[in-house]
Amino acid sequence: MSIFEVELKKGKFVIPECLTCKDVVWPPSDYCSLCFGKVNWRKSDGIGKILEYSKKGNIFFCLAEFEKKIRIMGTLQVYSNQPEIGKKVKLDTCKVDGRNYNFTMTLV
Amino acid sequence: MNKIAIVGYGTTKFSREEIPVESLLLNATKSLFDQNPNLNQKDIDAVLVSTNDNTKYLSAILSELAGIQPKTAHTVESLCNSGTNSVVSAYSYIASGLADVALVVGAERRNSPGQILEWDNSRGEFKHPIFWGTIFTKAHKRKFGTTEEDLATVSAKNHKYAHDNPNAYSNKIYSVEELMNSKILTDDLKVSDCSRPCSGASAVLLVSDKVVKKYSDSPVWINGIGQKTLSASFTKNQDFSSMSSTREAAKIAFDMSHLDPIDIDIAEIHDAFTVCELMAIEDLGLVSKGNGAKFVKTLYETEDRKINPRGGLIGTGHPLGATGVAQIIETTQQLQGTAGKRQIENAKVGLVHNMSAAATSSTVLLLQS
Repeated sequence: MSIFEVELKKGKFVIPECLTCKDVVWPPSDYCSLCFGKVNWRKSDGIGKILEYSKKGNIFFCLAEFEKKIRIMGTLQVYSNQPEIGKKVKLDTCKVDGRNYNFTMTLV
Repeated sequence: MNKIAIVGYGTTKFSREEIPVESLLLNATKSLFDQNPNLNQKDIDAVLVSTNDNTKYLSAILSELAGIQPKTAHTVESLCNSGTNSVVSAYSYIASGLADVALVVGAERRNSPGQILEWDNSRGEFKHPIFWGTIFTKAHKRKFGTTEEDLATVSAKNHKYAHDNPNAYSNKIYSVEELMNSKILTDDLKVSDCSRPCSGASAVLLVSDKVVKKYSDSPVWINGIGQKTLSASFTKNQDFSSMSSTREAAKIAFDMSHLDPIDIDIAEIHDAFTVCELMAIEDLGLVSKGNGAKFVKTLYETEDRKINPRGGLIGTGHPLGATGVAQIIETTQQLQGTAGKRQIENAKVGLVHNMSAAATSSTVLLLQS
């Protein structure tokens, strides 16, 4: 199991960053996809922006981008504000559910 | 380099039936042999099977069941564009001189494991294809003002054309209004916007120009091949209202063939979802960006079958490994003038567009009579 998945199981979203070229590596991998350098795992601030969104039943889901590189799909918790393209989201929870990763975000 | 032609084909009906993959492969192969009396098992140098089925060693199994002992036999898996990838592999064997005659058979069971790419965890819990279909649809609506009526028109057209295809999964004609009232899956996608998984198999025979006369008086030549793989992750697409792998594949295929989009008489488009037909005809250059819906509406109203004459994936069904091969068969029939009720008058140049996993990879083939 990768470090990413070990940490995700604890509810922590960690990011692989290349020790050589400093590029953020996504999807998570032990080696940089640009230069094959080894990666360091660091915490993310979990702040991203909405690229696209829709709704299934009463549940919003969105595709959001973090650190200008990492793109993930997750459930979007919406309280008073409505989602819009480019709006900031915070990654609230992440976990591993069977073979699936599971992300929940909230509008900032 | 040898020139390569398609000289034969065979197919099963696409259906919801649970049929073993070996039977599907053999049935399509038998259909091909039945229609090609000059073909002998001993002629075949390569047998390629296109499927996402987990069954092992299928090309050797098919070869044994069909009494073929080829030099080369293997399976090709590339999700939904396994079919055209297999044909490109067969083309390469013949072009290089390693083979003169290659049999390509694509098959899938309705419950294929290829329907969901488990590896792509960037989709989180939203791994079912309806979610990338939703994101593409929402993005196209947002950028080009595409409406639910536009999407329903794609579906109505393809169901209507499939009605004249005896091998299609769907045999019902629906009005645009009926489809606009179909079951809602997400805010941006209805059941009628989706192609459906099914069981089916299709086979084509590729040969070199050295032996072509033995098998056909009306060969269809593969004159352009373009392929592009961007990623495996859906989220790596840069623009969700456009398919850049399709654009790049099309450019390569048109450059190779010295043809232009204006030359295309018939196109088989990978309409996994209704929006994919609009995006693809725009990205292939058949219409300008944002004009796909207007173009399809005119086709539907004038019964012009230029795009997806067999009914597309939406009308015909989508047995993943067979789809690309079935698209090639339809294009071949159109260019040979044997498509019956679906025939497009005087078709000379055909395009096949086959893609995988939310357009993370695309294949474009250009065929000529």
